[in-house]
Amino acid sequence: MTFMPASRKVVDGGPEPALGHLTRGPAMTGWFVQRSALPGFVPTFGITLLWLSLIVLVPLSALVLRPWELGLAGVWHSVTEPRVLAALRLSFSTAALAAAVNVPFGLLIAWVMVRYRFPGRNLADSLIDMPLALPTAVAGISLTALFAPKGWIGAILAPLGIKVAYTPLGILVALIFVGLPFMVRTLEPVIMELPLEAEEAAATLGATRSQIIRRVVLPALLPALLAGFGAALARGVGEYGSVIFIAGNMPMISEIAPLLIVIRLEQLDYAGAAALGLIMLLVSFGILLLLNLLERRMSVQRA
Amino acid sequence: MSEAATQETQATRAALTILTILLLVLLLLLPLVVVFTEAFKRGLGGIVEALAEPDAIAAIELTLIVAAVSVPLNTVCGVAAAWCIARFRFPGRGLLITLIELPLSVSPVISGLVWVLLFGANGWLGPALDRLGVRIIFAVPGLILATAFVTFPFVARTLIPLMEQQGAAEEEAALTLGASGWQTFRRVTLPNIRWGLLYGVLLCNARAMGEFGAVAVVSGHVLGQTMTMPLQVEALFNDYDWVGAFTIAGLLALLALLTLAVKAALEWRIGERSGALL
Repeated sequence: MTFMPASRKVVDGGPEPALGHLTRGPAMTGWFVQRSALPGFVPTFGITLLWLSLIVLVPLSALVLRPWELGLAGVWHSVTEPRVLAALRLSFSTAALAAAVNVPFGLLIAWVMVRYRFPGRNLADSLIDMPLALPTAVAGISLTALFAPKGWIGAILAPLGIKVAYTPLGILVALIFVGLPFMVRTLEPVIMELPLEAEEAAATLGATRSQIIRRVVLPALLPALLAGFGAALARGVGEYGSVIFIAGNMPMISEIAPLLIVIRLEQLDYAGAAALGLIMLLVSFGILLLLNLLERRMSVQRA
Repeated sequence: MSEAATQETQATRAALTILTILLLVLLLLLPLVVVFTEAFKRGLGGIVEALAEPDAIAAIELTLIVAAVSVPLNTVCGVAAAWCIARFRFPGRGLLITLIELPLSVSPVISGLVWVLLFGANGWLGPALDRLGVRIIFAVPGLILATAFVTFPFVARTLIPLMEQQGAAEEEAALTLGASGWQTFRRVTLPNIRWGLLYGVLLCNARAMGEFGAVAVVSGHVLGQTMTMPLQVEALFNDYDWVGAFTIAGLLALLALLTLAVKAALEWRIGERSGALL
């Protein structure tokens, strides 16, 4: 997935054949893992695999297997109930809309952070990570307090007839909040690497600044914009804590899909809850895969 | 070459900067400020009162217990994962990285759901464990498992890029000079990765203490027994006890601020940015 840049860097810590005599790993080392001077592959690989299986893989396998207790028709019926479809539509559309709003927001913030210097810039940089560090329940109640009819922002919007808290608009606000850092942090390294020569060349050829932005800069940022959009969307679809306080949670109107999973669990409808979880996961992965392909295609075209 | 076309005009730059600051303040700073102003609505006395509540104290204790179990376990595994992934090349290495990062792309609610599917009343193992008198869901073990799932990736994904960047040369030198594998790890690797490790543990801990969705699903909301701090925030908020809710929320916000401060300090120290929060 494209939204985890940190570990995508692969630097080759190649093996040193001259130190081959130092290999003390058991027989597994050699045919499975490339010969290395360092010991400890088998125990560390074993711990990782064991803990990963116990904590992540076995539980997730329950999510994949349990829906089918309902049978194929039952699963279909379970995920196409009107209330479920309304919740899925709401979750995916508000997440997509929030990610779309974060495109200009993220672009503006990332551009200013990379290209300009201004007092308080370091503080601003830390602030961008705030939605990632702040527990979602805390964000949820404080956004609700802000946008409630008597809140600081809600009180300004209320006379204009705009209700944010306890409506789908509130969900949108919460998802813009949690999604923003994904967009900014995906764009920043790409803006940093933009070759200034391209902008200079365009300027030499007589292009105006706005032409350069539109024809040179934005196309180069398009893959990163898509990646940021995908990351913000994926986060938004599953988001729970920051949303449920501000959403109002009216069935068919402002009830998000994750909440419906919780409701089904409370009714002991485990298979139904698992079916909904699985469909959410599959649709999210499908969208991410599509965006990934699109992104790759654009990068290839530009190369 | 016209200088003007490679840069925005002075006026545009000023306007964009002001717009950025405005956006950051409105969207990101204001929610943080509200937490503290709401907590102080009834003055310091209200906060002291809210923190003296037995349920609040129980929630803080439980949060510390859950973090104290899940964070060390994930730290040991994260270091082990970083060692085998950053220092060796083997088939399925890419897949292993993807699987380790999987919890990051799963909804928090699903991270709790999977444990209920296993150990809940209608779960695969639930009835059998029930006969043995073992409770996992709606009890502390469930909270720990859900938290462990959510925080699984943090240490590994902070360490892997760092260790790959550092390379294995120093460790190989230590081995050549006769150090044992364990000595090499303790005397060479650990000092090299200590700041990154600290950062990874900090992120893992922040998420462990602040997690809401996953623990909300497995908790059962038993007051004073299975309520972590974020769950207590929810309960108080829904009871219209805003001062109480925002007081505990304020503690969690302070933890978030501390995490961000340490992140800034470490980035300044290491001299490069780390994307591990995402």
